[in-house]
Amino acid sequence: MIGLRLYLAQRISALVMAPLVIGHIAVMIYAVQNGLSAVEILSRTQGSLWWGGFYGLFVAAVAVHAAIGVRAIIYETFGTHVRWLDPLTWTIGLGLFLLGGRAVAAVVL
Amino acid sequence: MSGSHRRDGLRIASMVHRISGLALALFLPLHFYTLGLALNDAAELDTFLRWTDNPLVKIAEAGLVGLLSLHLFGGLRLLALEFLPWSPRQKLYAALAASASVFVSLGFFLSAV
Amino acid sequence: MSKQRETELYRPGETLAVKVWRGNANGGGFHAYTVPSQESQTVLDVVTWIQQNAEPTLTYRFACRVGMCGSCAMMVNGEPRWTCRTHVKKVIGDKPLEIAPLRNLPVIKDLAADMAEFFDKWTAARGQFQPSQSRDDAMAAISPDEPRRAAANAAIECINCAVCYAACDTVAANPGYLGPAALNRAWTLQSDVRDDAFAERLDAVSAGGGCFNCHSHQSCMTYCPNELNPTASIAGLKRLSAFSYLTGGKSR
Repeated sequence: MIGLRLYLAQRISALVMAPLVIGHIAVMIYAVQNGLSAVEILSRTQGSLWWGGFYGLFVAAVAVHAAIGVRAIIYETFGTHVRWLDPLTWTIGLGLFLLGGRAVAAVVL
Repeated sequence: MSGSHRRDGLRIASMVHRISGLALALFLPLHFYTLGLALNDAAELDTFLRWTDNPLVKIAEAGLVGLLSLHLFGGLRLLALEFLPWSPRQKLYAALAASASVFVSLGFFLSAV
Repeated sequence: MSKQRETELYRPGETLAVKVWRGNANGGGFHAYTVPSQESQTVLDVVTWIQQNAEPTLTYRFACRVGMCGSCAMMVNGEPRWTCRTHVKKVIGDKPLEIAPLRNLPVIKDLAADMAEFFDKWTAARGQFQPSQSRDDAMAAISPDEPRRAAANAAIECINCAVCYAACDTVAANPGYLGPAALNRAWTLQSDVRDDAFAERLDAVSAGGGCFNCHSHQSCMTYCPNELNPTASIAGLKRLSAFSYLTGGKSR
């Protein structure tokens, strides 16, 4: 069940991510050309406020977006009781946010 | 009657959007975990990255890039459908989104090999 | 279907193989019938022939027979259709013509689906007109060119046949969803300057089972016998609700 707030969160996170995904794809195609290495990735990202902001925003938006999307899929596929949907959505969102935050910290700090 | 009964482009576009989104959501924890390896030791990340040099892994990565662009372009179509004045050409837009994704995915693969 | 294929499969003067679903809320199945085929025969004609000549206890619903009342919709070969305006030769295939009660609704008996849930949702979406003036006021002057009138005009010819409701895969997956007909009706009222329940209706259509559950599969638009576009109406409601919320409920 998707109400007004979940819908807005889903669509606003999508709008935020659209340019970020395009940027991410462009960086991937550029960076993969000479093979990936930890040194190459870290030399670009470490200590960079710009990449920290880019990936930080990306992680926050994707945590919101994926949690609400998976919520809709679970509800429509399994008919999960509405009572379980909110805790489920929060768990997925927070889980992704924490894991993603750790990844951003790993490559930026 | 059971299941979905309509097998046309827009119905398929909707399933593609759902499946690509779900697949990306399942991939993300793995993606975040491997990047997080660098938190302790950059060498650990490197060990993993050497594994990704395998051509089969490159194909899988191109598939992931394809899923990401399918979800991106398909999602842009939906945002336009919802927030811009109605356009009757939804099937054309869905087809363009799919074509653009193939283009991006192939572009990634050709850069990677 | 091509004209050639139509004539190949449909031969007036001969007979049609038909399968009709018979049963009730506890279950049922398809029964086979052989029906004389006629020129310009509709699916409703086929059902009527069966009831009058072969199966007097067959239950089905119809009234006007000219596509105005919205009571004769059924599943024909797995697709929802208004049976009084569906010619047999348009839907016939190699297999027997299969006629069943509307999808996504409980069945009462045979081809009569229980429409209560469909109309309850229509009410839940605040499908009633709420007058803002009394009979003593002057008649509202609305130009046909006015944008809001044009928006209402595009969606107003709904006959509540529930074909869109039966076609909607989101209703099938999400039983709490109000569905295309109720939301389309709400959209026409949100575009009616004489109506006085704009804010209440916006609340009703943006609640848990409301317009935000729509995935824009466009099945409603594909199957609507009056060629309406409920998906566009629902997108309109999404915009209205979202912008109204973001601007503090002032937008109209």
